Amino acid sequence: MAILVDSSTRLCVSGITGREGTFHAMNNKRYGTNLVSGVTPGKGGQDVEGTPVFNTFSEAVEATQANTAMIFVPPRFAADSILEAAEAGISVIIAITEGIPAHDELRVYNHLKNAHPTVRLVGPNCPGILSPGKANVGIIPASFFSEGNVGVVSRSGTLTYQIGNELAQRGFGNSSIVGIGGDPVPGTSFIDVLALFEDDPETELIVMSGEIGGSAEEEAAEYIAEHVTKPVVAYIAGVTAPPGKTMGHAGAIVSGSAGTAAAKKEALEARNVRVGQTPTEVAEIAAEIAASLK
Amino acid sequence: MDLLEYQGKQLFARHGVPVPSGKPATTVDEAVSAADEIGYPCVIKAQVLIGGRGKAGGIKVAQTRDEAVEHATAILGMDIRGFTVHEVWVEAASDIAEEYYASIIFDRSAKKPLFMLSTQGGMDIEQVAEENPEALARLHVDPLLGFQDFHGRRLAFAAGVAPDTVRPIGALLDKLYDAFVAEDATLVEVNPLIVTTDRRVVALDAKVTLDDNALFRHPENASLRYTEGEDPQEAMARERGLTYVKLDGNVGILGNGAGLVMSTLDVVALVGGSPANFLDAGGGAKAEEITSAVEVILSNDKVTAVLFNIFGGITRCDEVARGLIEAFATINPTVPFVVRLDGTNDKEGRALLAEANLPNVHAEATMLDAARRVVELAGAAA
Repeated sequence: MAILVDSSTRLCVSGITGREGTFHAMNNKRYGTNLVSGVTPGKGGQDVEGTPVFNTFSEAVEATQANTAMIFVPPRFAADSILEAAEAGISVIIAITEGIPAHDELRVYNHLKNAHPTVRLVGPNCPGILSPGKANVGIIPASFFSEGNVGVVSRSGTLTYQIGNELAQRGFGNSSIVGIGGDPVPGTSFIDVLALFEDDPETELIVMSGEIGGSAEEEAAEYIAEHVTKPVVAYIAGVTAPPGKTMGHAGAIVSGSAGTAAAKKEALEARNVRVGQTPTEVAEIAAEIAASLK
Repeated sequence: MDLLEYQGKQLFARHGVPVPSGKPATTVDEAVSAADEIGYPCVIKAQVLIGGRGKAGGIKVAQTRDEAVEHATAILGMDIRGFTVHEVWVEAASDIAEEYYASIIFDRSAKKPLFMLSTQGGMDIEQVAEENPEALARLHVDPLLGFQDFHGRRLAFAAGVAPDTVRPIGALLDKLYDAFVAEDATLVEVNPLIVTTDRRVVALDAKVTLDDNALFRHPENASLRYTEGEDPQEAMARERGLTYVKLDGNVGILGNGAGLVMSTLDVVALVGGSPANFLDAGGGAKAEEITSAVEVILSNDKVTAVLFNIFGGITRCDEVARGLIEAFATINPTVPFVVRLDGTNDKEGRALLAEANLPNVHAEATMLDAARRVVELAGAAA
């Protein structure tokens, strides 16, 4: 098993005819992901290297039974595309697009919660989800990861690869790697993914990679204490970030005394979650815990 | 993007939020003629993107023309906590009966806009929230429903505002919410929100943060970006479309992806170094962008060594290597570089660098070793 994407995934890519959209859709397909269709308004009837393109998500879902969407359209069209996918009956929507206006994200989040409570939105501004050996939806470079028992959830893309690589060097593989994205209003939170990993029999250990800004890590710490029985190792990026500056991700900002790395680390450690100071130390702690589980 | 007070007030005014009339001025002459036009007494207010202006002497009441000259002369050019005053806002003085506080913030945790209203205006609101939390009325609004009249009544009665101001404050909050949504703001704060002696409700200050990601919908707001006080490297990076934050140290840093770059800064600090900047070259950076980024990093003359920490996903390590080689050809850096390349096309990238055999460029295999090496070199170069 894995979470969110696996061999039952039937993927439809919004923005499949764009340069990046085509490149990553085909990459995902080559990995073995079941890419069934794409959507680009006005290009219905065409195909991209054999994958049929439709004008709307409704047509794509009807004709190809797509159950998962990857959103690869520019920011000004992305919120609309997410809503369209949900309306058409897609159950997992993975939004890669970076730069969606915060108010759009707020409307989308609240609308999905009210009108489509079973639809899961991952992202926006995320690298996607990789379940090694099963499916890859997004831009995570799959060649660095193999099948295994460590579930990874992260607000960042490349930092996830760094941590995944450190884990791989110590012989760990992954059940799933989930990028929840660096925006202020992520569709899926750490808590949502922690719950999925807790229920996933393949996952034995969870690595959670957070960063400055907001309070998602503090909320996750409370959730872990009450609901997660599997060991969790955490990492928090941005210890040295100055207050009031946005560090690349729209959501990565320390506001006054809120959202600091120190506060997050403290909240996690207070609930017995070990926090690595570097990606290397995260992997070392994971190895230590894995050895003690044997 | 943060707005100056007067830019915020002009934005409020467009949405019907009552603000005092006033004019911006960049010279003493302009300020005095604005004061003459507005009439006396008037207030001369320093326009900088930092709080504590009043305490620093950046806000003064002028009763006469002579006082206007005196205050404008003192305030223009003044340094307020590291920010030089290049502009003042001259506005009609208000007769204040009450000072309240109102704000709308983007509550990331609840994923809804959060309204806050308090009768303890004019103070640091974080202090009010800590010392006297019941004095701060808080209410979330469903962004799909929007602000309703009852929201205004709930907030006003909970905060305990003067009974005659319940309706006008509700009306003001309604307009403030219009501005918050229509302008794609992530923060609007009015401190103080005043009740005048003739019982009008007026926004006497304005703090507004606009969402950079939504500026494509508001081209008129994009020009409001205040660049006078901007750091020269940050300005240069912004013009080149790079995500850069200047820091105090001497180790220049370039990486790909915000999380990895933040982590790189932390690791450099942990091994005893001091980062000079945050620079995210972004996903899929091409050689030209890398060259351009190197120029920005080196334009900070505190930099004594540079670390490249790349884990390629979309970004190809051979492109990064080409960019660095190009940078050496065009700008001929004199400081040492430490380069760690992993991920997509890493072998090709490393081979290119080995072949180019650039002076004072050191390859390291891991992030931690690269951080240790660059800190060592930065120290030696200082």
